[in-house]
Amino acid sequence: MSSRTIMRLMVGFYIVLFFTYLFGPLIMMGAAAFNTSPFPQVVPWEGFTLKWFGQLANDDLMVEGITNSLFIGLGVVALSVPISLAAAVMMGQIYERLRPYYYVIVVSPVLTPGVILGISTLVFWDRLGVMANADYETLYYNGIFLTIVGQSTFISAYCMLVFMARLQRFDRTQEEAALDLGATNVQVFWKVLIPFLRPAIFSAAVLAFLSSFENYNTTIFTIQAESTLTTVLAGKVRMGTQPDLSALAVIIVSITLIGAIAHEIMRRREAAKEEALREIAKRAEAVIDTSLTAKPQAA
Amino acid sequence: MSADVELDHVTIRFGDFTAVDDANLRIEEGEFFSFLGPSGCGKTTILRAISGFLDPTEGEVRIGGRNMFGIGPNKRPTALIFQNLALFPLMSVADNIAFGLEVRGVSKYERRKRADELLSLTALTGQGDKLVSALSGGQRQRVAIARALAVEPEVLLLDEPLSALDLKLRQHMRTELRAIQRRVGITFIYITHDQGEALTMSDRIAVMSQGVIQQISTGADIYDNPATPFVASFVGENNPFFGSITNVDDDYAVIDTRFGALRGRNDGGLRPGNEAVLFIRPESLTLADDAGDRENTIESIVLNEAFEGAVRHIYFRGENGKNITLSVTHDGTARSFAEGDTARIAFPPARAVVLPRGPLADE
Amino acid sequence: MNDYIGIFLAVLLALLVAPHAQRRADVTWDAVSRIKFVQRNGVALSTYLILAVLIWVVFMIILPQLYMVNFSFRHNLPLADVGGPKDTLTLDNYRYLLFGRENDEELLNWLHLKIFFKTIGVSVLVTIADFAICYPIAYYMAQVARGGGARLLVLCLIIPFWVNEILRAFAFRILFGTSGVINAVLIGLGITDQGIDFLRADVGLYAGLTYAYILLMIFPLYNAIESLDHNQIEAARDLGSSWLRIHRRVVMPHAKPGIASGCTMVFMLVAGALAAPQILGGPSSLWFTQVIYQWFFTGLNWPQGSAYAFVLLATSIVFVMSVMRVFKVRFGEIAK
Repeated sequence: MSSRTIMRLMVGFYIVLFFTYLFGPLIMMGAAAFNTSPFPQVVPWEGFTLKWFGQLANDDLMVEGITNSLFIGLGVVALSVPISLAAAVMMGQIYERLRPYYYVIVVSPVLTPGVILGISTLVFWDRLGVMANADYETLYYNGIFLTIVGQSTFISAYCMLVFMARLQRFDRTQEEAALDLGATNVQVFWKVLIPFLRPAIFSAAVLAFLSSFENYNTTIFTIQAESTLTTVLAGKVRMGTQPDLSALAVIIVSITLIGAIAHEIMRRREAAKEEALREIAKRAEAVIDTSLTAKPQAA
Repeated sequence: MSADVELDHVTIRFGDFTAVDDANLRIEEGEFFSFLGPSGCGKTTILRAISGFLDPTEGEVRIGGRNMFGIGPNKRPTALIFQNLALFPLMSVADNIAFGLEVRGVSKYERRKRADELLSLTALTGQGDKLVSALSGGQRQRVAIARALAVEPEVLLLDEPLSALDLKLRQHMRTELRAIQRRVGITFIYITHDQGEALTMSDRIAVMSQGVIQQISTGADIYDNPATPFVASFVGENNPFFGSITNVDDDYAVIDTRFGALRGRNDGGLRPGNEAVLFIRPESLTLADDAGDRENTIESIVLNEAFEGAVRHIYFRGENGKNITLSVTHDGTARSFAEGDTARIAFPPARAVVLPRGPLADE
Repeated sequence: MNDYIGIFLAVLLALLVAPHAQRRADVTWDAVSRIKFVQRNGVALSTYLILAVLIWVVFMIILPQLYMVNFSFRHNLPLADVGGPKDTLTLDNYRYLLFGRENDEELLNWLHLKIFFKTIGVSVLVTIADFAICYPIAYYMAQVARGGGARLLVLCLIIPFWVNEILRAFAFRILFGTSGVINAVLIGLGITDQGIDFLRADVGLYAGLTYAYILLMIFPLYNAIESLDHNQIEAARDLGSSWLRIHRRVVMPHAKPGIASGCTMVFMLVAGALAAPQILGGPSSLWFTQVIYQWFFTGLNWPQGSAYAFVLLATSIVFVMSVMRVFKVRFGEIAK
């Protein structure tokens, strides 16, 4: 065997090993969801069952956590998307020399450890509440509110990057053309810029929701007395593992897989549509413009 | 409805850089007026000042007699056709055209009606529901024009609209634009670096170089009576001869050049001793076969010949590395030359212009 | 009677002041309208843009951090005493990390200091391990497998990371638990009798941490290596260079920003990790973040917790800056 083949085999072996490491634990966990054994394990296999899935649905704590997570996710989307859009637009308009500093500040939440974000949000609003002499029931101490605010701090940064990428490809002369045709600034924003950004708005919203849903480090500090899916999960796992968690994992993985496949399909369809349009335009150019030879109607 | 446009001592500066230097002119209503000049001469800046995207540093821009200072592009009675057209890619052709009406709150029915009118005016009937990306370059041009006309501007501004089209299309669009302007009757302000466009389409032309307006007149006048060496060398082909004035009489001046004393019209009011340059167009040069010393005769060496169909160009060695171009209609009579031949060229003084020394178009 | 006089005077005053106020308002409006930013965006939009960004930057990024730092220098006072004479600045919280309680026998707070240095040390090791594991894959994806193959690999990589980190840690628990899969295999093969307590020995934790942030190491590496012109590698091969040298002298220098980015992200995430230590950590060893959590929710000493949190933050910042210095990389290249 030539050294090349040996090299290829080694590389292949490494890749297989790597992906085993990557997928192995998850497959094990998924398999454990169907094992009758009360402890999530694959060995010994005591029998195939679906009862853990049922137990999941009856778990009140879990249901409350999921509901809160959904609500918080929507709140984060509602807060982060407008903020990140404004920040991205600002980035393009801010004074040249200030731009690097602006960039550092707005990107810093991405690099800040999640626990720090949670702690600082908690402390800040606690102090605000004290200064305002507020009751414990008010917003200042509300776990849901603080979680939305804390998560939005760094999620806005992610969304801003999404908008910035899309804005880079924006043709500014379209804004000028709209103004020239008589549109007010607000109309230019809504009729020219936002339609262009629509795909980015969608991406940002999805990104915001998913990031919020799966967040733990920041949430665990801000949520206080309330709960989210992740905090409930963490609590259960620490107390001792149950197979219904594996069941949940299977559900989540399935949803993610379906989501991923759907996203890929949509992406392929968009690309095909653009290709078709480009073909049409090309053909229009190639054919001699017959309307040229047609005389315009007499004035 | 159409309006006149006045630039009253307009100067536009960006920091230390002066883009437009003391522009003064008045464009009559209903006129097809062009700004002609090489890139960077300031014509785009003037266009943006008229359309409202910037205000002059000094002076006033007036449209219909009103000072436009501080009035934004959405409030001026102007419409601008951008160089890259700036059509809205996510809207259909009809929506593009009706956009200006949409932002004014015109009803959907009215909008559709007006869009259909404009589609037929620009020979685009039936294309209304397509996306602009499905149209050819020439069609997109016309959408841009229709869109601008939809808001019934008093002044239509066009920023080198034909530069992205190929030759045949460009020539066709020239006549079309002119026809549309005559039909609609509003003031067209057109900027270009292509003198062919400016000459064929415009009522009057302003030639610009480095922020300064060199001459404002009709195409024929600019061609026959250029005011500065820049205009003389930028518009059409022209042969320059450099020297100083020896003699002035009546309306003519004699300039002493490397090729001898040459006589031409003293349009610039020159006096003996001034540094000057004489210009004579290639088509005004003739081959002097006879041995006689006529006035304005030059002797030079043939470098090259080029056959262009309707005309023949013969290139002679000039001064400072420039060639002397002689153009003669191809009617089968002119004799051929070989490289290295010596020949004598002559021209009538009335066709030559003597101007004060100044920068030429390619300097 | 007094009320009516009051109202009368107020109306009179308003009438007198009104023209001036109007003029002031006009002047202000004029000045504001002249600001290029407002001209470009219109008043309504400018307000939205500025307000949104200010709220985010000031109320969510800067102020909370400042308050946390401020808080870390204060005593842990009951609500009633806040703002009163006892509310002074103090270094006690930081001193505690170093020296422990005043009546302790030991000079230094070995317990917490050990935890801190262990956290940092393990984070560095995990970062290096992650780099070692991910580099070959990133290289393979970027340079060897092209087009469709690389995209497929990318997809395969992303999928596991769509699963929640809690569940991923949970999966590792299943693997490494005393009755877990690995132990079952080991017993089955006859290597041990009772099974090794991986979790107590923190092996489960380290494996889990290495696993957790693979994605964030691979992608910067992949992007950086992909931008390398493959011809350079071909040229080096052609000139007779060994593979080791090619990587050391051609690929890695080019991928420097990616390496810096990946290492920074992984280190900060591992040092700041909370879920994995809580789920996979042995009962006797703690992660620094767990200590912080305890201060907040068990010890109810928020200022102390804030001080510890600030120490963690400062360490992260120091790390990022050192990496930037060592790799000679600017900030903008790190933030993906």
